[in-house]
Amino acid sequence: MNAYVGTPTSRVDGRAKVTGAAKYAGEFPADGLVHGFVVEATIPRGRIARLDTSAALQVKGVLDVLTHANRPPLAGNDEAWKDEVAPEKGSPFRPLYDDTIKFNGQPIALVVAEEWETAKFAATLVRVEYEPHGFATDLEGERGSAVEFDKPHEPRGDAAGALARAAVRHEADYVIPTEHHNPMELFATTAVWDGDGKLTVYDKTQGVQNVHKFLCGVFDKKPDDIRVVSPYVGGAFGSGLRPQYQVVLATLGALALKRSVRLVLTRQQMYGLGYRPMTIERVALGAKTDGALDAVTHEAIAVTSRYEDFARNDTGWAEQLYSSPNSRFSHKLVQLDVSTPCDMRAPGAASGVCALECAMDELAVALKLDPVELRLKCYSDRDQSENLPYTSKQLRECYARGADAFGWSKRNPAPRSMRDGKELVGWGMATGVWEALQMPVAVRIVLTSNGHAEVSCAASDIGTGTYTIVAQVAADALGLPIENISVKLADSSLPQAPVEGGSWMAASSAHAVLAAAEEVRKELLSLASKMHRSPLADAELTDTVLVDGTIARTNDNSRAVSIADAMRHGNIERIAKEKLNQFDEDKKHARNTHSAVFAEVKVDEELGVIRVSRIVSAVAAGRILNTKTGRSQVMGGVVWGIGMALHEGTVMDHRFGRIMNPNIAEYHIPVNADVRDIDVIFVDEPDAHINKLGIKGLGEIGVVGVPAAIANAVYHATGKRIRRFPITLDKLLD
Amino acid sequence: MAQASHQMPERIPVNLVVNGTNRDLDLAPWTTLLDALRDHLGMTGTKKGCDHGQCGACTVLVDGRRVNSCLTLAVMKDGAEITTIEGLAEDATLHPLQQAFIDHDAFQCGYCTPGQICSAAGLLAEGHAKDADEIRELMSGNLCRCGAYPNIVAAIQQAMGRP
Repeated sequence: MNAYVGTPTSRVDGRAKVTGAAKYAGEFPADGLVHGFVVEATIPRGRIARLDTSAALQVKGVLDVLTHANRPPLAGNDEAWKDEVAPEKGSPFRPLYDDTIKFNGQPIALVVAEEWETAKFAATLVRVEYEPHGFATDLEGERGSAVEFDKPHEPRGDAAGALARAAVRHEADYVIPTEHHNPMELFATTAVWDGDGKLTVYDKTQGVQNVHKFLCGVFDKKPDDIRVVSPYVGGAFGSGLRPQYQVVLATLGALALKRSVRLVLTRQQMYGLGYRPMTIERVALGAKTDGALDAVTHEAIAVTSRYEDFARNDTGWAEQLYSSPNSRFSHKLVQLDVSTPCDMRAPGAASGVCALECAMDELAVALKLDPVELRLKCYSDRDQSENLPYTSKQLRECYARGADAFGWSKRNPAPRSMRDGKELVGWGMATGVWEALQMPVAVRIVLTSNGHAEVSCAASDIGTGTYTIVAQVAADALGLPIENISVKLADSSLPQAPVEGGSWMAASSAHAVLAAAEEVRKELLSLASKMHRSPLADAELTDTVLVDGTIARTNDNSRAVSIADAMRHGNIERIAKEKLNQFDEDKKHARNTHSAVFAEVKVDEELGVIRVSRIVSAVAAGRILNTKTGRSQVMGGVVWGIGMALHEGTVMDHRFGRIMNPNIAEYHIPVNADVRDIDVIFVDEPDAHINKLGIKGLGEIGVVGVPAAIANAVYHATGKRIRRFPITLDKLLD
Repeated sequence: MAQASHQMPERIPVNLVVNGTNRDLDLAPWTTLLDALRDHLGMTGTKKGCDHGQCGACTVLVDGRRVNSCLTLAVMKDGAEITTIEGLAEDATLHPLQQAFIDHDAFQCGYCTPGQICSAAGLLAEGHAKDADEIRELMSGNLCRCGAYPNIVAAIQQAMGRP
């Protein structure tokens, strides 16, 4: 029964969030709580020659200043520091471990004081002398030192030969700058000292169990010594996938002082965490005169740190998406004196598909073909890289529905041909693609005889709506009103869940709820079938369903036993079941979500000001569990795409290896006035192969393709092709 | 450096009327209204997103006007009436803006939400915003990284009672 799944149910945590009751990591109270403040390195590479904390220690209210020289023990092996999502190659950063400086903004001391202002003030009194070493932070300057990450995928055919022979060819570099997540919540940890070396750690994270295992390893603790809790996360977008240094330092402080410690990073300090790595994306396309692709090559050159090789799939999308007999792909890394990049919303795809889809637009111009027509010409019903059919792929329908809603057929293909008063109008489009991933997740359901259920799991809700979809799926599976379902998430002591990322949590948590609910139904059937003259006496589990507070026969819901009666008969008050759901491996299908994005921009011809006046995003992502929160997720992704296209970029002064705009006044993210009409269309995409409910996930797909659609619209408006993002007005006025 | 510069400032008595309740505090002059609320009164509904007046997450109403509480020293508001997100609902009944934010899914992570709602309450009181464009413009001091802006505009329009 689907009373809730597929409906626009309002967020079950909505009331907590609009009343200020929802507590985030840095807001949990504790007796005797003290406050930390981080001192950061101001050089990108070298060692600490001298660190003088005496003046800071003299400030009244300062309790301690922890440095590499006086800290409690930290694990000395990389295994302990490698969390669930750490890069395979490398040696993870260890805060306050030794005197080595690996990046500008690296934490080098933690001041702990009775009050936050005191700690902040005392941090300014810590004196540091460095022994600076030579460094490099400029990806474009160091492009020549790029090395292949892993071995490249097997090329198809002879791409170089096909490109040389191609009737129409396009080749260009697209440059995506470093970008920072900038979640609204500052990174924070409250490490509550529970006595006896035990801690409850409230942390801003996308994975409480990842942080739990990591802390146990780093501090040599037993699993029962530490509990990690994170009921609300004020945005993360990938920045909370790996444990960040503030959780190490807050825990370190609590262990050193045997007191509860809160550490909240400043906005500026958060620029020392992970980021979307700057990439140079070189795409070459060769086509026949009718638009059929004959060759695709995509080479990505990305920044990483000197101590870890972080790489994501930038080029695989070009490999998979379009039909082409010849292709070659490679991903190269340049090690620089910066912190390790990390996942940021649609990692790899946001950048790689941006380049691919701008290149496709340029090819369409060269071919004098409509950009949608070119995509249809190269459309593939099979994943080109693995030559596999998809579990489902309604991208064709996305193009059709999106184009129709946008009014694409009225487009005059000539650049600078459309106007609205003194503004040039441009229409552009692009394709989006992301993976449909799913992971093992366990859920516990405790059903009480009064028809209430508590559903719990260690998974996080980072604003994605996990609380709500878990409640919806549980209400349907248990046949109860949603008001009777309470959901507990993001506590490391709850049943197993991976980090929340990659758009995998919707499918993964929903099917774990189904699995646990089936165990509950099994128990109820066992009780109900034994009752005197039971209408379910000879019923098989597969013939039963939970509906309206009863267990009933699927084909005749009137033949039923109420949950209360079944439990009373069994003389029990509650049924508690936990089940780990694992998905069958399917190597015969490719699993992806797709979108078609259409953008309208208006460009002031004299001032170069660009406004995104309209976006239509038509998304095929299997079954949509919640049309309200799902629409919001895609809309949010579109806003991210506007940011990528027009606003965002972390600017480094390479003379000092230091970020120049580490704040949200100078690192621009879209504001309300930057965002106008966003039309999200969910294309029907039944999927009988991917999983029982046909769910694919929505967190990432919303952003993919949007920057390219906007860049292509800017070209159509102005005739200027900007390949270096973001597209700021100075680039149009050049 | 002179030793004197390392001493902490004297505390000053401050009276704030927070959501209708008199609160007496002894605060250092450098304590912001935001930190007074969060750290000294334990009212964490008001959020810190930048501490520099760049994001609007800390927006509260001071004597009915919306301000960034991170750019406001608490001692300068002695005697002022402060309304925070915790003070908008009346008993169990949500403020029309709070309900509208839920109805229109005008948030995801919820961290900017108290500031958005307080800012919107200030906006309605100002009476300057007549249409969606003006709402967008006058709400642009409140950043939302989840990108809920179109829903925020729709929620405010619902609370205004006009499209």
